[in-house]
Amino acid sequence: MNPILLIVLKRLMIGLLTLWIVTVIIFAAVELLPGDIATEKLGQAATPESLAAFREKFDLNRPMVERYLSWLGGAVTGDFGISMANQRPISELIGVRTANTFFLAGYAAALAVPIAVVSGMLAALYNRSVFDRVLSNSTLAAISFPEFFIAYILILIFSVWLGWFPSLANVDVDTGLGERLYKTFLPAMTLNLIVLAYMMRMTRAAILNLLALPYIEMAHLKGIKRWRVIAVHALPNALAPIISVIALNLAYLIVGVVLVEVVFVYPGLGQVLVDAVSNRDVTVVQAACLIFAATYILLNLLADVLSIIANPRLLHPR
Amino acid sequence: MTDLLLDMKNIKIEGWSDRQWKPIIKGVDLQLKRGEILGLIGESGAGKSTLGLAAMGYTKGGCRIREGNIKFDGIELAGASSKALRQLRGKRIAYVAQSAAAAFNPAFKLINQYCEAPVQHGVMSKEQAEKDAKELYRKIRLPDPDMIGFRYPHQVSGGQLQRAMTAMAMACRPDLIIFDEPTTALDVTTQIEVLGAIRDIVREFNTAAIYITHDLAVVAQMADQIKVLLRGDEVEQAPAREMLANPKEDYTKSLWAVRDFRRAPPVPREGGETTLLEINTIHAAYGTVKVLDNISLNIRRGSTVAVVGESGSGKSTLARVIMGLLPQLEGVITYDGESLHKLGAKRPRGLQRHLQMIHQMADTALNPKQKIKDVIGRPLSFFLGLKGAAKEARIRELLTLIELDPDEFMDRFPSELSGGQKQRVCIARALAAEPDFIICDEVTSALDQLVAEGILRLLDRLQRELDLTYLFITHDIATVRSIADEVVVMQNGVIVEQGSKEAIFSPPHEPYTELLLSSVPEMDPDWLTNLLKERDTQVTAG
Amino acid sequence: MRNIIHHLRDAPISAWIGIVIVVFYAVLAIGAPVFAPFPESASVGAQYQPWAAPHYLGTDALGRDVMSRLIYGARNTVGIALVTTALAFTLGASFGLLAATVGGWFDPIASRVVDVLMAIPPLIFALLILTITGTSIIALILVIAVLDSTRVFRLSRAVAQGILTMDYIEVARMRGEGLFWLVRKEVLPNAAAPLIAEFGLRFCFVFLFISALSFLGLGIQPPTADWGGMVRESAKLIGFANFATWQTATFGLAPLLPAGAIALLTIGVNLIVDWVLHMSSGLKD
Repeated sequence: MNPILLIVLKRLMIGLLTLWIVTVIIFAAVELLPGDIATEKLGQAATPESLAAFREKFDLNRPMVERYLSWLGGAVTGDFGISMANQRPISELIGVRTANTFFLAGYAAALAVPIAVVSGMLAALYNRSVFDRVLSNSTLAAISFPEFFIAYILILIFSVWLGWFPSLANVDVDTGLGERLYKTFLPAMTLNLIVLAYMMRMTRAAILNLLALPYIEMAHLKGIKRWRVIAVHALPNALAPIISVIALNLAYLIVGVVLVEVVFVYPGLGQVLVDAVSNRDVTVVQAACLIFAATYILLNLLADVLSIIANPRLLHPR
Repeated sequence: MTDLLLDMKNIKIEGWSDRQWKPIIKGVDLQLKRGEILGLIGESGAGKSTLGLAAMGYTKGGCRIREGNIKFDGIELAGASSKALRQLRGKRIAYVAQSAAAAFNPAFKLINQYCEAPVQHGVMSKEQAEKDAKELYRKIRLPDPDMIGFRYPHQVSGGQLQRAMTAMAMACRPDLIIFDEPTTALDVTTQIEVLGAIRDIVREFNTAAIYITHDLAVVAQMADQIKVLLRGDEVEQAPAREMLANPKEDYTKSLWAVRDFRRAPPVPREGGETTLLEINTIHAAYGTVKVLDNISLNIRRGSTVAVVGESGSGKSTLARVIMGLLPQLEGVITYDGESLHKLGAKRPRGLQRHLQMIHQMADTALNPKQKIKDVIGRPLSFFLGLKGAAKEARIRELLTLIELDPDEFMDRFPSELSGGQKQRVCIARALAAEPDFIICDEVTSALDQLVAEGILRLLDRLQRELDLTYLFITHDIATVRSIADEVVVMQNGVIVEQGSKEAIFSPPHEPYTELLLSSVPEMDPDWLTNLLKERDTQVTAG
Repeated sequence: MRNIIHHLRDAPISAWIGIVIVVFYAVLAIGAPVFAPFPESASVGAQYQPWAAPHYLGTDALGRDVMSRLIYGARNTVGIALVTTALAFTLGASFGLLAATVGGWFDPIASRVVDVLMAIPPLIFALLILTITGTSIIALILVIAVLDSTRVFRLSRAVAQGILTMDYIEVARMRGEGLFWLVRKEVLPNAAAPLIAEFGLRFCFVFLFISALSFLGLGIQPPTADWGGMVRESAKLIGFANFATWQTATFGLAPLLPAGAIALLTIGVNLIVDWVLHMSSGLKD
């Protein structure tokens, strides 16, 4: 078999194994809760009858392994059980909101990825120019800023002062695409600015590393035009690092979205998670954590697999 | 049309370090006629690569040409526009780098990298260039010349890559090629083939060349003219034969004399010869890869045994097994009649002390955060329990023994020492344990020749004064000639031949020993020609 | 010591800006009761006062003095972040150095555990654990320290592995030196510079992380003055900003002041880290 296929398969297996362990952790974490969930939720004054009813309802009487298996089985098919706080099915609670979260993250990524890759490459090519210095210093600042700082600056300028965009991103199922893009512009910009800085710095570093290699010098000494050296000699080899930079940042984006949703009161999965944590609504916390963690793991997996495939030494084995 | 191809006048080049410009080349002239080969030799830091690259109007990052004219075929390169330079590079002046593995782009097939320069400079079409590539691959004696170009760089061996790069440099039939230490990273038996190929093809197309190397014997084979550099200054230049026969400057003479060092023949020991270390049928492996196969060896007390072989022969692994760093799979090692545990950590401290090892790279063998007195002091307190004034007195004694001034060096950090001084400190650290037996693992191969000779002389003196036994691991036959009593030749984890130095160096040889010995370049300028001719006739006769 | 002064003299302007910022925060945090004009959590005036004496930065919804709370916030937020980072560092660095030096079965097992912990995004993991433990300061510090120590583990293990390939380690091993000597005398001195830089980066991360949790209402709980929490409390005010007069415009700045305080300190630390990394990489210019 092709060795690259073997490596990719091995990496996929490790990824799936990790995902499985994570489901165990998420499920088991709640089991370790000190005391009894039923007592905890219903309070000390609860009658034995109501406690029994609660246990019955949330299926707490069966052994742990059995409950884990049925929870996992449900989760795979999109059924996460019912909320402990308001006893509604969780999939109903989070369905639309998960879609909203992915929409926001995708929106931000669509803005950030092209800008970051192009400007990161320009900064590397014009290393130590004024452009590079300005970019390096401003990205350092952006990395240092907490998400909500950027968010409130944008709100103050574009919403309160100029009045161009709304400060609340209150979309619902009926909101059309155009309006949706308009209403979520500020949250998307906030996310964009955060990952943009990371992505630009990482792209720049990857390209700079590459340009210092002897075969790039060799290409210059062969009298090859500068643009051709970049496009033909540097880019194919830069692909792997850039791809993994993008995938890693998308994974980061999926998590960064939690804070931004809270700032802009955007009806996404992050909001649900934060509310559920405050209410200690454990079944909802489990569901939301699982979705976030799975997305994060899968994107990291994608990054690894793509950079394995883009490696010429592995692609053309001896 | 004048006969002069390259005329460099009063070249001054500076490099940026420690926040200031420091001179690298301090006003050197260089002339080269069409079709002539100039050998540029010197030790590390002489500026030979910098000067060679300047002939292309190029400097490495962080360097600049401060002064001087570089006239290539009437065109001034110093201060020329990057477009003008680009049109010359690859087309009329080409470059061959030291590490071919790093200088080829891993993402493209060899032949596409060959075709790039001719196609981009508009010399040939892609089809013509491919046909031409196969032609040159054949001329330069690459195996399977029609197909080898369609492989990726990591799919061919180092010697083949170096030849493919020479072919690539030749693609536009340039007037001048800069060879920057093209065979330094190769084993001697591979080096021969590459040297022969380079010389033939350069002569065939009557290409002028600047051949940069630190190896005198190599330059003797390749060059018409030799220029010697020392710390950015020219020492002297003369036609190759004249320079080899009759060097004028003291520095050049000292370079030439390095290879003549021979240690005094050992005096027979009172009370007869005794075996100090006995290695009995050792097998060892890294994981599933077998690296030592049935090694047996006796080392007499007070003798020097040289283990010689090329990379991958297992000679350094043998050292690691003896020191107990890599446990052997089979076999026994006995030291002075006592069997050694295969794990060094399990050996009693008193026994451990008697076996010491000196590494190839003194740079990485010294902890950069420890002062010299701490480096040497640790084995003193660890093995011998010395403390305070007694310890300091002993450190001073050891530094004096290795010819370093204690007052000056005790409180220095390794970064404040030269390469040779560092290696001396490593020797002192080994001596601190008061050993009987020292393994020297390529101790001179990272050093310049003059410095290396100093280390060899020191080791020889120490052996006589302290009655030491050496196991000397090296790939360099000249070192073996200088210092060995007995020689062990290794190849692919097996001992090919062993015996006294006299026996090994005089015929008849085992075939591999023969190949190894005959491949070591000699100062005779006709050596390569004669050797290749001899091997050709053997092939046709056999 | 002489060495440090020597380096400081050569420090670029950006590093000096970083040092000045960090020293300023340190002085403020240590001397909070001296510098703050009003107590940390007592109501001392009418609510939502604009910026005017004696409340130079106004008052909040409960009539507490914003400037005093900002100064106390330096003590609380930075202090907790520092303790957490120190804990994460002790944990991560000792396990990382040990895993690399000891090797054997310990290294792969420790590495796999860390891999799994790092596979879950830290914010999500922290929220999961905090659901169970509830939001006490002790829980906060422990959870974040353990999660963050995984990153320290990775780095210190990688750094130590780089050092362990050096021949001087082999020399020490051949001599028969014990584990303690190897780590303490051979590995640690050479790992110091990257580890110091990492400490700065980890501090920034932990500091932003705690602020983010407080902002979500899940971190440091009121009435303790804390910057992330202050942003949360004053967030709604931004809508009342009116650019007609500067005094009404200050409402817009209410959440930006504590957020800016967080941002400024992070920038300061990052500037110093950049400089340390630059020095340790041996790059001149």
